[in-house]
Amino acid sequence: MAKSEEKPKIKLAVYWAASCGGCCVSVLDVHEKLFDVVAAADLVFWPIALDIKYKDVEAMEDGFIDVTLFNGAVRNSENEHMAKLLRQKSKILVAYGSCSHLGGIPGLANFTTKEALFERVYHTSESTVNPDKVVPLPEYKVDEGVLELPVFYNDVRTLDQVVDVDYYLPGCPPQTERLVEVFMAIVTGAELPPPGSVVGALEKTQCDECPRKKTENKKIKRFYRPFEIEDDGETCFLEQGVICMGPATRGGCGVRCIEGNAPCRGCYGPPADVPDPGAKMMSAIGTMIDSDDPEEILRIIDTIDDPAGTFYRFSLPGSLLRRKII
Amino acid sequence: MSYQPTIVSFLCNWCSYTGADLAGTSRMKYAPNIRIIRVMCSGRVDPTFVLSAFKEGADGVLICGCHPGDCHYHEGNYKCLRRYHLLQKYLDQMGLEKGRLRLEWISASEGKQFAQLADEFTEQIKQLGPCKVKETVENLT
Amino acid sequence: MKRITIDPITRLEGHGKIEIFLKDDGDVENVYFQVPELRGFEKFCEGRPVEELSQIVTKICGVCPGCHHMASGKAADAVYGVEPPPTAKKIRELFFMAHFIHSHIAHFYALAAPDFVVGPTAPAAERNILGVIGKVGVEIGTEVIKQRRIAQEIQALLGGHQTHVVLNIPGGVRKGLTEEQRADIEEKAKGFVEFGKFSIKLFEDVVLGNKDYVDIIVNGPYNLTLHSMGLVDENNKVNFYDGKVRVVDTLGKEHCKYAPEEYMEYVAERVEPWSYLKFPYLKKIGWKGFVDGQDSGVYHATPLSRLNAADGMATPLAQKEYEKMYETLGGKPVHATLAMHWARLIELLYSAERALELVTDPDITGKELRTPVNKPDEGVGIVEAQRGTLTHHYWTDEKGIVKKANIIVGTTNNNAPICMSLKKAAQGVIKKGVEVSDGMLNMVEMAFRAYDPCFSCATHSLPGEMPLIVNIRDAEGNIIRSVKRST
Repeated sequence: MAKSEEKPKIKLAVYWAASCGGCCVSVLDVHEKLFDVVAAADLVFWPIALDIKYKDVEAMEDGFIDVTLFNGAVRNSENEHMAKLLRQKSKILVAYGSCSHLGGIPGLANFTTKEALFERVYHTSESTVNPDKVVPLPEYKVDEGVLELPVFYNDVRTLDQVVDVDYYLPGCPPQTERLVEVFMAIVTGAELPPPGSVVGALEKTQCDECPRKKTENKKIKRFYRPFEIEDDGETCFLEQGVICMGPATRGGCGVRCIEGNAPCRGCYGPPADVPDPGAKMMSAIGTMIDSDDPEEILRIIDTIDDPAGTFYRFSLPGSLLRRKII
Repeated sequence: MSYQPTIVSFLCNWCSYTGADLAGTSRMKYAPNIRIIRVMCSGRVDPTFVLSAFKEGADGVLICGCHPGDCHYHEGNYKCLRRYHLLQKYLDQMGLEKGRLRLEWISASEGKQFAQLADEFTEQIKQLGPCKVKETVENLT
Repeated sequence: MKRITIDPITRLEGHGKIEIFLKDDGDVENVYFQVPELRGFEKFCEGRPVEELSQIVTKICGVCPGCHHMASGKAADAVYGVEPPPTAKKIRELFFMAHFIHSHIAHFYALAAPDFVVGPTAPAAERNILGVIGKVGVEIGTEVIKQRRIAQEIQALLGGHQTHVVLNIPGGVRKGLTEEQRADIEEKAKGFVEFGKFSIKLFEDVVLGNKDYVDIIVNGPYNLTLHSMGLVDENNKVNFYDGKVRVVDTLGKEHCKYAPEEYMEYVAERVEPWSYLKFPYLKKIGWKGFVDGQDSGVYHATPLSRLNAADGMATPLAQKEYEKMYETLGGKPVHATLAMHWARLIELLYSAERALELVTDPDITGKELRTPVNKPDEGVGIVEAQRGTLTHHYWTDEKGIVKKANIIVGTTNNNAPICMSLKKAAQGVIKKGVEVSDGMLNMVEMAFRAYDPCFSCATHSLPGEMPLIVNIRDAEGNIIRSVKRST
């Protein structure tokens, strides 16, 4: 207890926008290290865990919060409002997890529009019975008053497309060990990298950490869906013809999907100085295709299903094109 | 004045840039809409360049390289060909009209062919109209 | 009309807000529970290869991703017209039991327990796991964190990614179990069984042993008389992984029992303009409004509903507890909403026993992990999520690329019941002439928490000193007396 008397605890907030809660779970997965966290930090806002409400955050002074871990993409007006509010109330704002970093899985909605999405969810969904074509509205008058809902935007945004972000901590969710490393760096007052940096991830790609056997020659005559092959459990997925985002993805997750015998899908985002992870992957695949014959090349590319959804699984809003042109 | 598209073109140093240069020195007239960027090899053309071009406001992107078998670096144009087809598949999923991205082989002596290609591609883009990428990226709704 | 807004609701997974409208005299006129979030998985899954969905839909929820993974995996199997081999099914179910164990432990100790153990109107700063530890002991708290961690580690071992698991592939699983891993899990499963027994005993001592709490459970303003839904095996016993969906009415009689591909004949979803979340109801009865009772189409799908809808538990210790619960609460079905917490602990014990059964089954270390697939078409996969029956329905083209997806999520089943429970709770707690306090608003939120919002918290920062407790235990380890220094 003496230590905490010497040094003021850092005020930590964790907030979720359009998210799944997995990033909050990753914070809880500190397990027994919980006591170290609690000794060093005061949690001042965390809807999943604390009974602090929005009005309490609004009442805080600007810069009151030392570090906010903001997870989730910006999908609606409430997410945007909270991003701006927390930017105001925080000294350091971290885009925590794939969704706030690059758009994440909710970012796949940038293949469609609000209209098409509502149409599917509220009208054509086979179990939905909605003859009056009711849809959720930002304002709706009931007998007792007017009820409000956040406005659902057409486009999913990353956090830095809405506010200035100090650091990015990637992953879906970030591997807890990386979070602990970053947290301890902040708490012990270590020198932090320049604002705008990616923290809690390696500089090298997944391939560097991957335990699978790889050779220098990746030559692919056709691509396979993961269930079309008998994965030998040892050989590089790409060399078996299965698309793996490893070459275009930062390491740091502990190759957890590979450990489960599944190819990487790129949740840690691109390495430094790469503005678009999918484009780099396409470049790499172009090199690997083993053919110089135009017709055969087309046949091989035909075996790649859903390039956009595979190369940009977590990063569509953060990519160069950001969304499908409608 | 009618719509004038902006077209970015990546030309490889050894064949297609030289071919375009030949068109110039031969005083061949062709559409001025093409903005040329010289790269050492069409294999240097990273899909990132193409996407950046569209994002910055290009209405069309034209890549030219050496004919198959003639690449100064042996294989570069084949890599370009493979990337190009994969990129087309991606762009199709992203709602970009087929025809905005094009790949052609132009040799060092094919000045006339380059001029014709420039005119033809410019016309093709005029028909498609302005590309909506830049406007979409800048005006998220 | 006066208006109280609770925004956001807290100590649960997900976004929500509650609008309470008061008459001029202070009585509650109406309550609206609004879900302000929507992401649209049912739309953006279109165009994705169907086997990728089991890794995409885990991001619907980061607390119960394993449930979506299982439902999706089973739907993909159905799309490809294939049954996984026995080893694969058992590995999946073993993973699933570990998933239930971690979630139910966390929910009971960190979410439910504060409202009971510390007290529903205790100061907000105490209503959390540390307050609970203050009352029941630090060693129990450490044990809770440890058991949850072990369950998560088993998930990571079997499923690769500890949260967004990658285990399933059409026709089976990607990874098998070695004998060494199996033996290790067996020891841990035995530990889970002991912890399950202990948790139920704790509930009995601390909650059922307290007349006031029993009163809240049985007579509190949280009870709704509704149809109950749950997955059952061929003997009508509770099963989380596989079986048919059974619904019983408010008197316990079977209303329907359907196979996954028949769900659309029995369940429909309704849309309201003031919430992004849809409201399922029983199609054959129809939507009669936000009302409970035998004639209402509203049903719930929770641990309590599962126990109501089944004829018993498939494992012996859980079965004993099942019988004890119904005997204590006056027979089947039980409509006391807060009894969900009790049912949840019985399920915890069942999951532990079932995990032990599976890990000692000789098939579990088998080498046959996948069945080759057939031509893809359409398929439905249903499992129980911790918070309700979960349905995934996919249609694909001839390449197995998703054309359409329809998903009814566990908590969605309970949307209308939650609205109704909140209104009842508010009307029971907020009365004219009495000033509305934070504690009262928390009692309203309790109506929500019983449905097990996915999450619980194992961390909280508590200012002041840690309470000290001396526990005096009898020879069997039961706490017979506690001496404590409180904050």
